[in-house]
Parts: sequence; C-alpha cells; structure tokens
Amino acid sequence: MNNFDTRDSIPGKLERMTDTGLPLTRQLQTRGLAPRWKRFWRDPLVMLALLTVVVLTLMAVFAPQLAPKNPDLNFPEGLSDAGAPIAPNSSFWFGTDLLGRDLFSRIIYGARVSLLIGVLANGAAVLIGVFVGLIAGFVGGIVGTLLMRFTDLMTAFPVLLLAIALTAILKPSLWIVALVIALLNWVSLARVVYGQVLGLKSREYVTAAESLGASQTRVLLRHVLPGLLPTAVVWGTLGISTSVMLEATLSFLGVGVQPPTPSWGGIINESQSYFTLAPWLVAFPGIMILLTALSFNLLGEGLREAIDPSAKRTRF
Amino acid sequence: MRLLLERIFQGILVLLAVSVLTFGLAVLLPADPARMVAGPSASVQTVNNIRHELGLDKPILEQFVIYLGKVLRGDLGRSYKQSVNVTELLLSRLPATLELMLAGILFELLLGVPAGILAALRPGSFLDRGLMMLSFAGVSVPQFVLGLSLLYVFAFKFPIFPLGGFGTLAHIILPALTLGISGAGWYARVVRSEMLEVLGQDYVRTATAKGVLRSKVITNHALKNALLPVIGMIGSDIGVFMGGVVVVESVFGWAGVGKLVWDAIRVVDIPVILGVVQLGAVMIVIGNLLADLAYPLADPRVRYG
Repeated sequence: MNNFDTRDSIPGKLERMTDTGLPLTRQLQTRGLAPRWKRFWRDPLVMLALLTVVVLTLMAVFAPQLAPKNPDLNFPEGLSDAGAPIAPNSSFWFGTDLLGRDLFSRIIYGARVSLLIGVLANGAAVLIGVFVGLIAGFVGGIVGTLLMRFTDLMTAFPVLLLAIALTAILKPSLWIVALVIALLNWVSLARVVYGQVLGLKSREYVTAAESLGASQTRVLLRHVLPGLLPTAVVWGTLGISTSVMLEATLSFLGVGVQPPTPSWGGIINESQSYFTLAPWLVAFPGIMILLTALSFNLLGEGLREAIDPSAKRTRF
Repeated sequence: MRLLLERIFQGILVLLAVSVLTFGLAVLLPADPARMVAGPSASVQTVNNIRHELGLDKPILEQFVIYLGKVLRGDLGRSYKQSVNVTELLLSRLPATLELMLAGILFELLLGVPAGILAALRPGSFLDRGLMMLSFAGVSVPQFVLGLSLLYVFAFKFPIFPLGGFGTLAHIILPALTLGISGAGWYARVVRSEMLEVLGQDYVRTATAKGVLRSKVITNHALKNALLPVIGMIGSDIGVFMGGVVVVESVFGWAGVGKLVWDAIRVVDIPVILGVVQLGAVMIVIGNLLADLAYPLADPRVRYG
C-alpha cells in the first residue's frame, strides 16, 4: 500500500539499471519507482499543474524583478480623460485599475500574498492536524477521546462564516487571515491521521520495536510519524488550494488582506461595482485564483494517486 | 435509536460550543461595544449608560449566563446599527436564503449526478477525463469569480437574465447556478467513484450474467446503491451553503441572510455577524440530522437500533 518509502529498494535497482543509458534521475522516475509514480510523471495534466506551481512560485519570489511597474503607483496616464480605468494595451498589459495602477504588476505582487498565505496557513494546519491526530491515536484513552470529540465538534462549525466573523472582529491583516485559515483547516486531516495512527500502531514493525524495549517517544517519532509522511505531503498540497481560495474569498468580502497590499481577491473587491465597464479587473485576478487552486488540486490529486490510492478527501 | 440520540446530543453540544465561542469573540473584541452602539460623538456619560443597559459592567461569568439564557430563548441581542432584534432580522431574511439554497442543491444534483454516472460508465474515456477535468475546475473556481463571470456573460453581454435583485424565477437561476457548480464538482467525483465500485460488485455481475439489459442493470441495480452517499452530501451542503450564500448573495444582491452579513461586515455590526454564525451552526446540525433520518428510508439495511 505504502510505496512512498523507496529507500530500501533504490540501491539494488540502481545497479541493475545503470546500463540503460538514460540519465539517472530519469531512470529513477520511470523505472526505479512504483508504476504509480511512472504514471505521475507521465500524466500531462499533473505535469502542467506542476509547471504552473513552479511558475507561480517564481512569480511570487521574484515579484520585484518581474513586475514592469511599481504596483502601488497611480499613473496619471493610467486613467482615461474621463477618469476611467484603461483596457489592456502595450504599456499596461493587463490594463489599469480604478486608481490608475498597473494591474499586471499588482497581479504579480498578488501572487506573493496568495502563496504566502496558502503555504503558511496550510503548513500550520497540516502541523496541527498531524499533531492532534497523532496524539489522539497514539495516547488514546481519555485524552484521545476528548481530542477526537473536539475535532468532531469542529467539523460541524460553519467554517467560512467563522472565518468571516473572526477576521472581521480581529482587525483583518495578512497574519490574522493566515492564522484563521490555519485554525479552521486542520480538522479533516486530524481525523484521517487519527485513523492511520490506529492502523500503524497495530503493524508488526511497531509491535516489534515495542517488544525490543523502544521507548514510547522513540516508537512515536521513528516508527509511527514517518508512516504519516505521505498523507501529510498530499494534504500539504491539496490544502494549499483550499487556503488560497479561502484567502481570496475573505479578501473579496473585505475581511482579508487590506489595501493597498495587492491581493487577487482584494483587487476584485475594489473593482466589483465596475465589472461591466472594466471586466479585465475581474477576469485577470479571477483567472489567477482559478489557475492556482486548480494546479494545487491537480498536483495534490496526482500525488494522492501515486502515494495512497485508498485515501479519500473530505469537503471543506 | 441510540445512534440517533447520540447525534442529537452532539448537535446540542455543537450549538453550545458555538455559543461559547461567539460569546468569547464578543468579549475579546478590541472595540468597545457600548461606544459602537452610542456612536463616535456620544458623551462618556451616554456610553456608560448604554454599557449599564447592555449589562456590560457585570462580571464576565454573569454576562455569560445571561447571554446563554437569552440564546436559549432565541434572543440573539440587538443590532448595533439598526435598532432591531437580530433574531427578527435573521428570520425575515431566512426564507430568501432557503429558497436560494434549495435551488442550489437542485443544480448540484442536476449537474453533478449525471456527470458522475456518465463518467463512470466509460472510465478512462475522453468523456470521463473531460468531465473530471470540469469537476476539478468547478471545485477550484471561487464563487465570487464564477458569479461575476456568469453575470457578465448572461446578464450583461447577452441580457438573458437580470443583473441582480430577486423576486422572479429568472432572478434565481444565476445565483443558484453559482452556488451549485462548485458542489456539482464534488457530487460528480463521489458519484463516479461510488458507481465504479458498485459496478464491480458481484450482484451487478450476476444481473448482467442472467441477461438483464445494461441500461436496466445501471438504473435498477447500480444507481440505487451508488447514490446513497449523496444523501449525506446534501445534508452537509446545507452547512457549506451557509458560507457560500454570503458571497453569492453579495454578488447578486440577493436580500437574504448572506447579504445581511456582507452589509454587517461593512459597518462592523458584531451582533449580526455572530448571530449568523450561530444560525449557520443550527443549519449544519439540522442538515446532518435530516441526512441521518433519511438514510434508513433510502436504504433498508441502515437501521438505528
């Protein structure tokens, strides 16, 4: 079932493969790993998603170098004589917004906000989810029951409504948004991890380690935790798409990242009432959010199929 | 029966937890609620009077007991900006939201279920991959982007539907479609995988082997079982939609509970925002309970006893 850990299979296979003439990494990808990984690397959609994720990351990291203009500058030539935003042209590639700012540059900077929150918030959510599920499953007893009861309670909470209430009340900022998303997004993962820990605890190698006198901490860290890595990787990817969409939605509602910091949801919020006159102000950021969420979803789903075909994803 | 009682008990626990949480939020609030009610220009004396009226000068624990008692009686406090009771406000807006939700669920079923079945009939085919790709796009597009795009194309470029507002059947199509499309993506995926599982089972093979038409096998044997998880999904949708309507109603100007939140965010009307959170929790509990009650009706193997 678990083909993620390939450490013991690689050396032997390397010896048998060195005469095929292909570069070593390529051999590992297509022959050394399980057939499911072969499918992962050969699926055009998954590869397209991977490429998009790489491009988006580069965009976020090198935003100052890539953006042709200052994203916060109001260009006098960025507004028409009547004071309306300008449609895409050779100078402003994606057009300008209501204040005459360059939309292309703002979109590039917006990638920073989206990915930063997506990765940070989801990373924190994965940590919380793994921690809660691991402790509940491993310790068991009253602590475990209480933790899982609490998790059950959390699944019945109206997530988006709570996020709106929390961010509206706690003066919205980038960090608050990330924190709120992290605090709401760990729940389903905790349940999955809990189930897996129960399964791992009854595996022979864990019993063997215990009977050899390994301490509880050692069993937990060396034998159970590594078994959770595949799930954490899959959720670490899939969850980014949820977090990015949640951030965009909060920013659209005005309780997310605050202007003048450019965020994709915020750009649409600012220009919503003018969308019939300046549709590019909704179209470009909208496409970016869709592309980002879709790529992380496809990539995560590809990873899931390669790593663990039995895992099911619940809805946020 | 025991399981059902447990679920009801759990539901009550959820509602209690949400009450504690909303109370905690109101207490942690950085701004002074008495000042918000009084307005920025009111004198210190007026603010103090209002604080006394609202009972905000009492000890926290006493405030909480009073608050809980009020919530149990269905009293969610007063709106800061409109001098109306929040419960009344919510109840006056709820029918419009329920209407929108119902239409949204209808679209989810109409789009998602056939897509899932079609995809499962020829797994790996061009149609299957296309539909699954669409379902991925459906779950990856934020509702406000979808809503604004639908408005632009079907209300502005080609004025088939009105640009916003509510009242007639034409008004509900676009917002309900927006609400339904992202859910339809999930439905399609779940129905597809359930169908594939059911189609591989012995009783389906038996039916095929004894010469039952393939179309009959699918409708009479496979579909019945493959659609069972959809019941639970509809139940949890009611809760998911409570978040979705905030976005959809604000995009389409639909005067329901979601629009109420959107307006309340603008003026930081905390009691209204927290009231809707509690309403959302009630809806989730009701939705899950309804699904629990519907399961035994749809599947005679499920019995609570």
